[in-house]
Amino acid sequence: MPKLKIDNVEIEVEAGTSILQAAEQLGVEVPRFCYHERMSVPANCRMCLVELKGSPKPVASCAMPCGDNMEVFTDSDLTRKARKGVMEMLLINHPLDCPICDQGGECDLQDQALGYGFDRGRFAENKRAVQDKYMGPLIKTIMTRCIHCTRCIRFCDEIAGVSALGAMGRSEHMEIGTYIEAAIGSELSGNLADVCPVGALTHKPYAYTARPWELRKTDSIDVMDAVGSNIRVDARGAEVMRVLPRLNEDVNEEWLADKSRWAVDGLTKRRLDRPFARKDGKLQPVSWSDAVALAGAKLKQAGAKSAAIVGDLVDAESILALKDLMTGLGSSKLECRQSGEKFDPSQRAGWLFNPTIAGLEQADVVLIVGSNPRWEAPLIDARLRKRERALGLKVAVIGPKPNLTYPVEHLGTGADVLQAIADGTHPFAQVLKSAQRPVLLLGSGATERDDGLAVHALARRAAEANGVVKDGWNGFAFLHRAAARVGALELGFAQRDGDLETLYRGCESGEIELVYLLGADEIDTSRLGRAFVIYQGHHGDVGAHRADLILAGAAWTEKHGTYVNTEGRAQLARQASFPPGEAREDWKILRAVSEPAGATLPYDTLGAVRKRLSLQAACFANVDRVTPASWASFGRDGAVAATPFVLPIDNYYMTDPVSRASPTMAACVREILEGDTEEAKKKTGTHG
Amino acid sequence: MLKDQDRIFTNLFGLESFGLQAARARGDWDNTAAIIAKGRDAIIDEMKQSGMRGRGGAGFPTGLKWSFMPKQSEKPCYLVVNADEGEPGTCKDRDIMRHDPHKLIEGCLIAGFAMGAHAAYIYVRGEFYDEGSSVQKAIDEAYEAGLLGKNAAGSGWDFDVYLHRGAGAYLCGEETALIESLEGKKGQPRNKPPFPAMAGLYACPTTVNNVETIAAAPTILRRGSAWFAGLGRPKNNGTKLFCISGHVNNPCNVEEEMGIPLKEIIEKHAGGVRGGWDNLLAVIPGGSSTPMLPREICDTVLMDFDSLRDVKSGLGTAAIIVMDKSTDLVRAIARLARFYMHESCGQCTPCREGTGWMWRVMERMARGNAKIEEIDMLLDVTKEIEGHTICAHGDASTWPIQGLFRHFRPTVEQRLRDYTALTKAA
Repeated sequence: MPKLKIDNVEIEVEAGTSILQAAEQLGVEVPRFCYHERMSVPANCRMCLVELKGSPKPVASCAMPCGDNMEVFTDSDLTRKARKGVMEMLLINHPLDCPICDQGGECDLQDQALGYGFDRGRFAENKRAVQDKYMGPLIKTIMTRCIHCTRCIRFCDEIAGVSALGAMGRSEHMEIGTYIEAAIGSELSGNLADVCPVGALTHKPYAYTARPWELRKTDSIDVMDAVGSNIRVDARGAEVMRVLPRLNEDVNEEWLADKSRWAVDGLTKRRLDRPFARKDGKLQPVSWSDAVALAGAKLKQAGAKSAAIVGDLVDAESILALKDLMTGLGSSKLECRQSGEKFDPSQRAGWLFNPTIAGLEQADVVLIVGSNPRWEAPLIDARLRKRERALGLKVAVIGPKPNLTYPVEHLGTGADVLQAIADGTHPFAQVLKSAQRPVLLLGSGATERDDGLAVHALARRAAEANGVVKDGWNGFAFLHRAAARVGALELGFAQRDGDLETLYRGCESGEIELVYLLGADEIDTSRLGRAFVIYQGHHGDVGAHRADLILAGAAWTEKHGTYVNTEGRAQLARQASFPPGEAREDWKILRAVSEPAGATLPYDTLGAVRKRLSLQAACFANVDRVTPASWASFGRDGAVAATPFVLPIDNYYMTDPVSRASPTMAACVREILEGDTEEAKKKTGTHG
Repeated sequence: MLKDQDRIFTNLFGLESFGLQAARARGDWDNTAAIIAKGRDAIIDEMKQSGMRGRGGAGFPTGLKWSFMPKQSEKPCYLVVNADEGEPGTCKDRDIMRHDPHKLIEGCLIAGFAMGAHAAYIYVRGEFYDEGSSVQKAIDEAYEAGLLGKNAAGSGWDFDVYLHRGAGAYLCGEETALIESLEGKKGQPRNKPPFPAMAGLYACPTTVNNVETIAAAPTILRRGSAWFAGLGRPKNNGTKLFCISGHVNNPCNVEEEMGIPLKEIIEKHAGGVRGGWDNLLAVIPGGSSTPMLPREICDTVLMDFDSLRDVKSGLGTAAIIVMDKSTDLVRAIARLARFYMHESCGQCTPCREGTGWMWRVMERMARGNAKIEEIDMLLDVTKEIEGHTICAHGDASTWPIQGLFRHFRPTVEQRLRDYTALTKAA
């Protein structure tokens, strides 16, 4: 443990701590551009130079490990002179376009120039101009502003796991780029603009739209996947301008997936801004009072013959209100597994990501079954990549082989391989058994088949037989794709003996007379038979097309809501803007409908709903933390077909009503998945 | 003047073949096993006592450098030979590789053994195509004769030598950039610490030595440290290859004793300055990065590390660039500034941005199109670069400019005044 003095204050630090980190522990801020705590340290910006007693030259504090009896001065004349010199060098070729730069107001270079810049320039030569590069639909480049800190290169290489960026050329002609001018094929590419300390890489969809000081910033939770990334929603007026990640070491660290970041521009498109009712075969606008009365009357009429399906983006408050309403009507035909998953909802341990996301960093072997974590939960994929890079991680896959960001062993595509592992006849069973902290990652898509219950049970047996679940470690990780799913499961919004198929059959046979779709858009509406369909949601998507009555609800940025992520971590999303037009918050709509339906809900305020929530399941009383599940038997043992698993997502960028409405996501599909870029159009027949 | 029997590089001029037979006749590979039999510590001690300082430019004591290699290492150790000779004015390693490659290869074996390495990589500058080929031929010969490979030269030590060609970047002559390049990455210097002796090539303990250093080692060990230490001046022992170029009658490479007066080496070996000693304007004594010296200093200065340091220059690679009175010094330094701009790796800020700035100002000054105040500004810029970069390229790029203004500031000022007067008149 080296002991050193920083600015005459003594500190003892862990061996291997850099001077910069030690200074931070003392609360001394050292300016930096290239240094980023989650990436390797190139020490190339030279902004963090400090004076070290005994060293003739100032040293780069980010790369210099602390040594015993060092004396460091972070604010001496030598240090200041060195930093001022570096700042001048950074600025000589940096354009003076702050007034039109999107980074303006939140730019590291601006901030630090205030402390170390001169009040005039001495550089009388021509400034360098650099051609802009194409990096896909999310990243706008103005490469003349680049200060060559290489954070973006390191982010791609180290965090995102795609070797997309590099530095071409040398000396002052060095340029950052993809060389092949292709979109960056990573689901984390939006973070490039966040790590860029200047305005070289900015968010393309946000270009020239707002200034940071005009934005109203609201801490919230992302709903585009089941990770529950912590976000900050920046809104101006009614419009969400952008979404940025918020630091949460247990969930998303400081990263955010691209869909979570930019699907929000779908919030202004295809919105349901008022109630509609089907008259003469056509949906026509109606007033709220008519709509509520009609809904109530139909519900009352159907009574126990009503069913309810909850979609992917719904908050727990609304799910609770719907459940209470249906219970009041005497119906227990509740289903949240709208993609047709057939896992057993009875045991929490069976559908939670038990090892937790941060816990993946302790894992040493991971078996992925029927899942593509890169598309189902990019940040969980990034965790696996992080672990793999730091200490090595053995990953094996059963199911179609996804293109992951770390090396994987492909064991096979069908459930028979999982069967062999459960029986101990497959060599990989031994690998799992000999591992310290093995993880079995079961994708929700793996249960979307007729023998889903048996697959679920088989996964349990494979986990139990191979030491995945043992004292002090539960490595059974069920990976959901929908933000609402775990919250609904916690509230018991799934049939114990039945699934979506049961509801479809009920509709087709006429046993179910009314279906209440709460934001359910991934279902097969052609199988709802002649049932009266009430759709409550915010986007005119699949569900609204089939609906007989539409109740316009609010999206997640427009209401206060609780979401439980795939770990079982309840988190609060907060209202950042107001719903458009006459749309209303969802639990309030349900409360209004419950009165004419004859099953009045016993709460009138959000506080009362939340109070009831916390009584329903432990996780809602334990916000922001994981409520662990105790291990129990789940699934139903049975024959498992050897047919290959099918990956549930074939288009990462469009998985829900919001992302389907988003122009940016459409551009991502076009430019990243289909490779149809402006650059590609420029190519001639003889090109390459 | 160095006696013929004290020369190490006896085939420097290529009068004999570079092949193994001829090399053996010159004394190379003579009982190498006996030298290795002395053991690691004895070899390192002998090198320490010889006072050998690294010939690549920095002049770090070689024996001490070798002793930094761990005695026990779980990872393999490597010797890397820096044959990326790119410093303008320097061409000594080139002639060693061309005419005496067996000295280098024998040196690799001995030095490799002394640092516990079983493999050496010779990183040859890309442009040195023929030189690389000679070295490769010599390596092949050595393998055939059992001098390399398993039980190399009968010493009981397994040793392999690999030749790697660079791609022509000056910066890859910096030891850590060379290591990066050897690993297949972009040639950009690494931060130190960790030093290569701790984590070098493939994060294994590595020593990077100059060709001349390694090639001289066998002779030193054969003839004894006392012989080598007896040559030259205290702390600047032995012999050194000097490359004399520029405005001399007979540009040449020559091996001389350290501490020989600059005037003597130019007059005796290079046929004197063109037009006589009085026609001398300035000398760059150690390769383009060392600050130039005006004639008054050249009259008396001795060519070794410490004497040149005392006159605020350096021995560097001992590449003496002679400039007579026909030279436009400002233009010459502007050209060097452009070289350092072009060869900066672009990694760290002061060097990437500063070298281009300095070059542009120097270009204007070469024309006279600058204000006199800009001289002080330029010197201030050199101070902003110097000592603030990852590697020494930043420092090296500023020294020629500092040297120019240290000794010839009135000349530059006069040019600026002349230009101003001319443009005003026009």
